[in-house]
Amino acid sequence: MTEIAEPMQAAAPVSASFHTGDAAMKRLRSRYAAERRFKIYGILAISFACIMLVILLFTLLKGGVSAFWQTEMRLEVTLDAAIIDPQGTGNPADWDRGALQTLANNALYKEFPEVEGRLEKRDLRGLVSPVAGVFISKILDKDPSLVGQTVQLWLPTSDGVNQILKGGIDRTLPEAQRTINDRQLAWVDKMQANGHLKTAFNSTFFTSSDSNYPELAGLFGAAVGTLLTMMITLLVSLPVGVAAAVYLEEFAPKNKLTDLIEVNINNLAAVPSIVFGLLGLAVFLNFFGMPRSAPLVGGLVLGLLVLPTIIIASRAALKAVPPSIREAALGMGASRLQAITHHVLPLAMPGIMTGTIIGMAHAVGETAPLLMIGMNAFVTQAPTSVLDSSSVLPVQIFIWADKPERGFVELTSAAILVLLAFLITMNGAAIWLRKKFERRW
Amino acid sequence: MSATFTVGLLLLLSLIGYVMGRSRAVTVAGGSIATLHSVPNYYGSFVALWAGLPALVLVLVWMALRGPVMDWLVLDGLNAQQIESWARVMLPPNDLQNLLSNIADETAALTETHRQLLLINIKNLAAGQALYVNPAVVDAIQPAADHLRNLRGLSDWTLFGAVAALSGGALAFCWSRINPDFRARNNVERVVTWLLILSSTIAIFTTIGIVLSLLFESIRFFTKVPVTEFLFGLHWSPQTAIRADQVGSSGSFGAIPLFTGTMLVAVIAMVVAAPVGLMSAIYLSEYAPKRVRSLVKPVLEILAGVPTVVYGFFAILTVAPFIRDIGTAMGLNVSSQSALAAGVVMGVMIVPFVSSLADDVINAVPQALRDGSLGLGATKSETIKQVVLPAALPGIVGAMLLAASRAIGETMIVVMAAGLQANLTLNPLDSVTTVTVQIKSILVGDQEFDSAKTLSVFALGLVLFAVTLVLNVVALRIVQKYREKYD
Repeated sequence: MTEIAEPMQAAAPVSASFHTGDAAMKRLRSRYAAERRFKIYGILAISFACIMLVILLFTLLKGGVSAFWQTEMRLEVTLDAAIIDPQGTGNPADWDRGALQTLANNALYKEFPEVEGRLEKRDLRGLVSPVAGVFISKILDKDPSLVGQTVQLWLPTSDGVNQILKGGIDRTLPEAQRTINDRQLAWVDKMQANGHLKTAFNSTFFTSSDSNYPELAGLFGAAVGTLLTMMITLLVSLPVGVAAAVYLEEFAPKNKLTDLIEVNINNLAAVPSIVFGLLGLAVFLNFFGMPRSAPLVGGLVLGLLVLPTIIIASRAALKAVPPSIREAALGMGASRLQAITHHVLPLAMPGIMTGTIIGMAHAVGETAPLLMIGMNAFVTQAPTSVLDSSSVLPVQIFIWADKPERGFVELTSAAILVLLAFLITMNGAAIWLRKKFERRW
Repeated sequence: MSATFTVGLLLLLSLIGYVMGRSRAVTVAGGSIATLHSVPNYYGSFVALWAGLPALVLVLVWMALRGPVMDWLVLDGLNAQQIESWARVMLPPNDLQNLLSNIADETAALTETHRQLLLINIKNLAAGQALYVNPAVVDAIQPAADHLRNLRGLSDWTLFGAVAALSGGALAFCWSRINPDFRARNNVERVVTWLLILSSTIAIFTTIGIVLSLLFESIRFFTKVPVTEFLFGLHWSPQTAIRADQVGSSGSFGAIPLFTGTMLVAVIAMVVAAPVGLMSAIYLSEYAPKRVRSLVKPVLEILAGVPTVVYGFFAILTVAPFIRDIGTAMGLNVSSQSALAAGVVMGVMIVPFVSSLADDVINAVPQALRDGSLGLGATKSETIKQVVLPAALPGIVGAMLLAASRAIGETMIVVMAAGLQANLTLNPLDSVTTVTVQIKSILVGDQEFDSAKTLSVFALGLVLFAVTLVLNVVALRIVQKYREKYD
């Protein structure tokens, strides 16, 4: 106030030139410059946020898209009955599945008959995936009559070859810094020249679960785990959250207890997620003895985590329904509960759904509390019930991010892309719901 | 016979109850529905609720208590010879001596850790996963495994029977009470109102659960390590010796390096997030044309929705190497797990949070204040700096406190991008560790059940909870007060 008041008091003796003179012009210029600077700071801040998002997405896309393709090599595999079925029973259960890798190796020796010596052969075996036997096993399961025949099979290459051909590793690097040595590189070039190498869509990524080998590792198990966990989370948090919101917004008298509940809900919304993990560990695992790593426990923990979000969103949605609706219902003789269940809740539903979806999207990406209850277990099969050991998408990302192989860096980015796509879909659905059903009273 | 069947039976009986209750109401009304006190649906709901709810409570209580009770029964059923022959294979010599003397004294022979180990063996065997059990102990614990399997079967069948009886009985009783004068609606609404109240108290129970679980385990920790050492000690290395004669891993639990590390990362994050978040909020609410707003808002929303594990990966993959390269080019020695990298990425994560909170606060400043200032000839930035921001200051402080509490509690970014070594340093280029990193790294991996190392996690969790709670309460208070001022 004083700054503004001063010139007014002094106005009488000062001539009009106070506002028009050179000094005044200079003052004005510097004020406008300050104005421009301030605006530029704002633009810089926004640009920083945008640029960070662009860099983030760009790095992930650059690193991750290639994981959707896998290099395969064509090998003429002799499916030797004596090796596959040493007992000769013809029953797939008796097959020696551990020996199938040998078939792939033998096929490679046949492709390069000139290679001799133990070391050279070991290098040669390094071209094909060390788990090629698993793929042969899958092919045989589909068509057991192939046993005894010689067939052309496309088998995944080892991670080193895969990375060289997809450009993940620079082939001009010095030999010591590559996973593939010069000799192997020459063989790869020869195979490529023969057309025996191709890049195919990596369907394994979507159909298999975790593995120690990037060729065999996939997201399916983690995705199923996420679905089961989210199912439990939704079952816990939606009914309880809406019920709590209805009570607090429509019934609760204003007293100490409801004040306490309200403070509690607001605080729980800001408690670090890892603390919820500790709660789950102490209460669900140690006290109630529930199984570790199970989607049931994960879902319960995440349910408690998103409960405040859902309550707050539902209360806002209920509050937005005008009192005239309730009054009309009550005036027609409905009970309070009838007014709410028949009229208020259906009108508040879009808002509640939007809040729920946003809360669930938050839960889908949550990692720390799930680590506390052991959901980082190495699980190679998709869970079949909520009591099985399981992983979830963000935890799978965390596990892969820790692995040193180049192939897993790629898989991590790809898994993140899948997770982000999932989240953007969920948020998009929330926005669409909001737009479609938004109603101004 | 699994729990699924029991729950299925429960749902089925409720459904049957609904149909039966409704049809009985229609029957007793004798053609004129208007003679009924309530709408027929309420009679159905009345029967369904009472057929379902008590039995559901029974199922939940049973499930919760089943595990501990069966563990106790199974271990109680083992005789001393079986425990001894199991222990001879599985336990190290020292522990074995203790155990044998305990058995001779007929005191509680097994320590908590050994009890858990024995139970895991028995459970694996009972689940038919004998390959996880040392073959030498299979004979000794096979009877216990069979016992456990029998108990499980018995428990499942008993529960099924009990649920069927309770639910069916309630169904029959409620059904028989239906007559035109029965006030079904009032009954149903009373039950539903109690359910609503119960749901709203779950928030309180969660808080109580958090406090109690953290407190109990922390107290156990503080019986092993003095509180003062934990709060004021300067050295953190939680490795406790596995064998008594082991060298170099005595275990010390001074948490000051963790607290400074957490603060360092959080301060760096706030240095990034506070100006960027605040300036973007100001620009968006005061300057930006509508088109820019509609473009930038989703960008911020996406940044806010990116899971923290993704930020962590971004930090190790892009930001940390970038900062290290710049540092090396400037002749500085930058750790590849520097606090700076973790802090900057965490700052980016918090930007949308700060920005949306600040946006709310700035928008809550009445337009009249701005108009007054602009009318006196102030430029827009002068108006913002001298009128809007001072008016919004309490709210902005609250927003910053909430953001700081998030930075302190954030886990995945620091787990992935910050180090494990507890260095007591304020140099942002060094590697530091934080409270959340230690919680995660101690709990993930092999745990001993009773060691000071595992228990220290809960003490750290308690500190974390207390600090964030204070920050949140203060921040929410400030924001609320401020909102009321202009409402």
